[in-house]
Amino acid sequence: MTEKLTLRNLKRGETGIVTGFVKNDAIREEELREIGFAEGDEVQVLEYGSFGRTPISVRLNRTIIAVRANEAQSIEVSRA
Amino acid sequence: MTTVIEKISTDQSKPLQATDSFTVALVGAPNCGKSTLFNGLTGGRAKVANYTGVTVETKQGSFRTPGGRQMSLIDLPGVYGLSGKTADAKVALDVIRGQASEMRQPDAMLVVIDAAQLRTHLQTALQMRQIGLPMIVVLNMVDLARRDGVELDIDKLQARLGVPVIPCTATRKAGREAVLNALDELAAAPSAQVAVEAAPLKQVQQEARQLFQDVVLQEPALNKLTRSLDGIFLHPLSGLLIFTGIMFVMFQSVFSWSETPMGWVEGLIAFLSDIVVGITPDNWLRSLLVDGIIAGVGSVIIFLPQIIILFLFILFLEMTGYMARAAFLMDELMLRVGLNGRAFIPLLSSFACAIPGMMAARTLESEKDRLTTIMVAPLMTCSARLPVYTVIIAAFFPAETVAGFLNLQGLVMFGLYFAGIISAIIVAFVLRKTLTKGRAQPLLMELPTYKFPDLSELLLGLWQRAKIFLRRAGTIIFVVSIVLWVLTAYPGDSLETSFAGMIGSVLLPVFEPIGFNLEIVIALVPGMAAREVAVGALGTVYAVQGAEENMDGLAEVLRSAWSFPTALAFLAWYVFAPQCISTIAVARREMNSWGWTWLMVAYLFAMAYIAAGGTYWIASALM
Repeated sequence: MTEKLTLRNLKRGETGIVTGFVKNDAIREEELREIGFAEGDEVQVLEYGSFGRTPISVRLNRTIIAVRANEAQSIEVSRA
Repeated sequence: MTTVIEKISTDQSKPLQATDSFTVALVGAPNCGKSTLFNGLTGGRAKVANYTGVTVETKQGSFRTPGGRQMSLIDLPGVYGLSGKTADAKVALDVIRGQASEMRQPDAMLVVIDAAQLRTHLQTALQMRQIGLPMIVVLNMVDLARRDGVELDIDKLQARLGVPVIPCTATRKAGREAVLNALDELAAAPSAQVAVEAAPLKQVQQEARQLFQDVVLQEPALNKLTRSLDGIFLHPLSGLLIFTGIMFVMFQSVFSWSETPMGWVEGLIAFLSDIVVGITPDNWLRSLLVDGIIAGVGSVIIFLPQIIILFLFILFLEMTGYMARAAFLMDELMLRVGLNGRAFIPLLSSFACAIPGMMAARTLESEKDRLTTIMVAPLMTCSARLPVYTVIIAAFFPAETVAGFLNLQGLVMFGLYFAGIISAIIVAFVLRKTLTKGRAQPLLMELPTYKFPDLSELLLGLWQRAKIFLRRAGTIIFVVSIVLWVLTAYPGDSLETSFAGMIGSVLLPVFEPIGFNLEIVIALVPGMAAREVAVGALGTVYAVQGAEENMDGLAEVLRSAWSFPTALAFLAWYVFAPQCISTIAVARREMNSWGWTWLMVAYLFAMAYIAAGGTYWIASALM
């Protein structure tokens, strides 16, 4: 089985489209959906934190949202 | 009207009783401009009240509509949707669902959405329709969005949502008037209610995206300026450097800018004392007024300039949008010790005073994060410890240069601050592994567009903070000052024969093993009101007149009266110094639990004792 591409895999400046959420954590999925992540949304990795490339500032449509690496790992994307 | 709320906000069991007037709740995502609209509609006259159980702030104000209706407005914590996972969001949702025991359900909702963030905020508006309250959607910051090039079909949006949609810019009068008119119409026809069947979030999101496609004709790319600024401010290297620089300037300013205004406050206190001395006979009443109330309350009011400067920085950084970036930069480091990046602001404030710090912890969403933050806040070296450090260091450490360029006294001072930070890290880490164990709260935080702060809003915020601080000085500290005065003034005529002296003698066996003498223990008793009072008390015990002004005189006496290990032990004690009563009182209020409060006092006391004892024993053995 090939690992699905997640927001964590995108490089700085790279853009992707949200395809879904990793299925193992329903609470996290709801948190992510509530702040606005949804299938079909455009995401772009803008900046990384100074320690271990986390947190990540992500452009979600026209909003910038800070997510931690483990949260980014729950967002499945396809490269735009 | 005002008396009702006044009474309520002081009565913890019944906060924010909704009055009979038409009540409107302000609902919306964080950063949607809700508070600006609140200030605009109510003229900034708000009563901030604590919600029982969880101390989440809700603000209540009132206004009159053009149709002559008196309405009250409740500003609720920001919510993105209906899941209500955080303490903040739960309160907001309980209120609008009519499940809050303290308040009846509001009559209507103003759902505020940012016109420039429609793709995500429409999702919030759609979910709010499920509540079933009459609602008006306020399309906020519409001018700004239009200027950026956003084009949208408002009529279509209104038709599709099935509720009135009012374009508005909260800082402008015309927009606010349109909101008021819409509220008039709504109040006249209360049947204008929507109740949409509850639907899974995923489905609502799809609906929101579809709606967005249909009503937003054009939307430009994200603000260029914000992106390039983030490239600098969030950069792994330059971001950290700038952050450190800002913190440095901030601390310098809190201490250096405040000197002059603190001198004024000091002068005012002396002036008041002189007046009272002039008009009262030399008896107990004069002593109560001058030594008790004016000196006691004055010793706290003196910190008003520092608090105002600190909050000036905090509010400015918050309003420009930088504070969220600071939390971003600090998140990973703080996460490793079990704190949330957002706890950074409360802990920073605690360097001025733990009290505003603990109050700032209300912005933390997770209850466990909040408890942990409040528990360690007293370990940040507050400004009240500074006079104590200054006197002892001046007495026992020569002002010599070490390692070529470092000032020894400054180095000791830095060491004491550092010791506090390290202990906070350890305590937070241990708490998160034991009592506040649990899943780490996600960061998931919006980084708002950078903007220049609105001056009047900045001043209003400062005024509100100052008012809270002064009210406290007029109540808790007023009472404590009187109690301590009684303890130090009776029954004998000297401190040694007073109640404080007796308490000191009783406590002496406890403190003797860690190197404290009777004089120190006596000084610790009045030091409970405010830590720096200990300096004045030491002066009284050693009969040094005007010890606060005459620090050199006191230093000389201490040098001959204390051994070096005792001085070190005293400094170590003050790193933890659990004895400031106002901090304990505020911690109790903010945590809403005596258990946690006692735990905090106990662990601070234990650490102070062990640190002072350890320092004393090791230093004695080495000398």
